[in-house]
Amino acid sequence: MRTDYDIIVLGAGPAGLTAGIYAARAHRSVLVLDTGTIGGQTVLSYHVANYPGVGETSGRALSQSMLQQARAFGCDVKAFARIANIDLTARRKTITLKDGTALTATAVVLASGGVPRKLGVEGEQRFGGRGISYCATCDGDFFTDRPIAVVGGGNSALEEAVALTRYASHVTVIHEFEHFQAEPWIIAEARANEKISFLMNQRVLGFSGGAELAAVQSVDKQTGVATETHVDGCFVFIGYVPNSDAFADQVKLTERGEVVTDDTLQTSLPGVFAAGDVRQKRVRQVTTAVADGTIAALAALEFLSELAA
Amino acid sequence: MLQTALEHIESEQDFGDTLAANENVMICCGRMGPMCLPVYDVMEALTPSYPHVAFRDMAFDEPVGRIIRSLPETAGFTGLPFTVYFKAGKVVSATSSIQTMEQVTAILDEHLGAQD
Ligand SMILES: Cc1cc2nc3c(=O)[nH]c(=O)nc-3n(C[C@H](O)[C@H](O)[C@H](O)COP(=O)(O)OP(=O)(O)OC[C@H]3O[C@@H](n4cnc5c(N)ncnc54)[C@H](O)[C@@H]3O)c2cc1C
Repeated sequence: MRTDYDIIVLGAGPAGLTAGIYAARAHRSVLVLDTGTIGGQTVLSYHVANYPGVGETSGRALSQSMLQQARAFGCDVKAFARIANIDLTARRKTITLKDGTALTATAVVLASGGVPRKLGVEGEQRFGGRGISYCATCDGDFFTDRPIAVVGGGNSALEEAVALTRYASHVTVIHEFEHFQAEPWIIAEARANEKISFLMNQRVLGFSGGAELAAVQSVDKQTGVATETHVDGCFVFIGYVPNSDAFADQVKLTERGEVVTDDTLQTSLPGVFAAGDVRQKRVRQVTTAVADGTIAALAALEFLSELAA
Repeated sequence: MLQTALEHIESEQDFGDTLAANENVMICCGRMGPMCLPVYDVMEALTPSYPHVAFRDMAFDEPVGRIIRSLPETAGFTGLPFTVYFKAGKVVSATSSIQTMEQVTAILDEHLGAQD
């Protein structure tokens, strides 16, 4: 197995695979390494309907096609990598695997994306898959004619709340603020739905039940009034957390853990670039991830050329 | 039938034969959907390292899926996929919803024997 590369990309979501495509097409040796499966968050989307040029597709199909394209240009792609250590500070960057293999590169692209944020409250882990879910399309039909709650107040939360009314007898949206952080048309659609009610300004304290989820406990942040919402299911959509722990002590991060980059997507370390959801930016979509992957790869190629000059 | 590279259990007969022929069996019962695909991928990736385990999938919505859906160990599960681990024909562990490589290997190592 080859261990020395021009560029190593951490993460095989849309940002990482795009970086792989551009860098390999420029005849550089490239390894895209992922600690999980190929595709990142796109695998969690049944339908991607807003990726230009391909019509409606599944996240899986889209990422498999990106994978094939990257491999066709000679890019090495490895899933389920067991990474023991990442050293980005030296001139030659080293990723050490748990079996002791040291993978080195002159430039690294951090494309490790993010994962859905959890509430981190009592009972969340215990009732995971036993009432608590993070995927409406996957698990909505388990709650046919049963009352559920949706925690969150952004676009995803409200869109999914509306979608879940196809199954559930009633949906209580529990949100931490007085106002939603969603597009006006989504808010209007949720408000117009007779099956949806709203509990605003709530701090979720925990989940309770026996073998299965029975209730969500929350408290009004202003009045302190406690509420117990009796539900059979609860879907949590409260944003995402960037996957930056593995290199948090080496590159500059925002207080939310997002990687800070300049216009060329270079991080605070020379030769280390960041692309996609892991970096500080406003819009997190497949289109913006592939755009980032492009910019980061081209900047990494320029970095390599300048070193050689 | 699921479009994976795993062997599929498609009937009660398949299920019985698989459990009879293999001491250690992991069955992932799901759909071709978001939370299930990563678990099938984990199983495919682990197949070479766990030759003593039979990795199988099963379509949740087909009649065969009733075998896993009706197990006492999956009662109350509300997250796909339902993943069940068998040792000598008996259920030794069951999980609901997406699982990481680390979570799956922890269960395999604890109940079905560590990897080669
Ligand atoms: C349910 C859901 C539905 C969505 N629907 C849409 C949609 O319809 N349209 C749209 O445009 N966007 C959608 N999105 C958003 C879109 O999927 C993301 O913006 C996009 O996938 C981000 O791409 P990425 O490559 O930056 O990161 P990710 O897709 O998160 O990929 C990052 C990869 O890095 C890996 N990784 C993590 N840590 C490490 C590490 N230390 N080393 C190596 N690898 C690592 C992860 O395993 C993962 O595979 C959706 C997101 C979700 C969750």
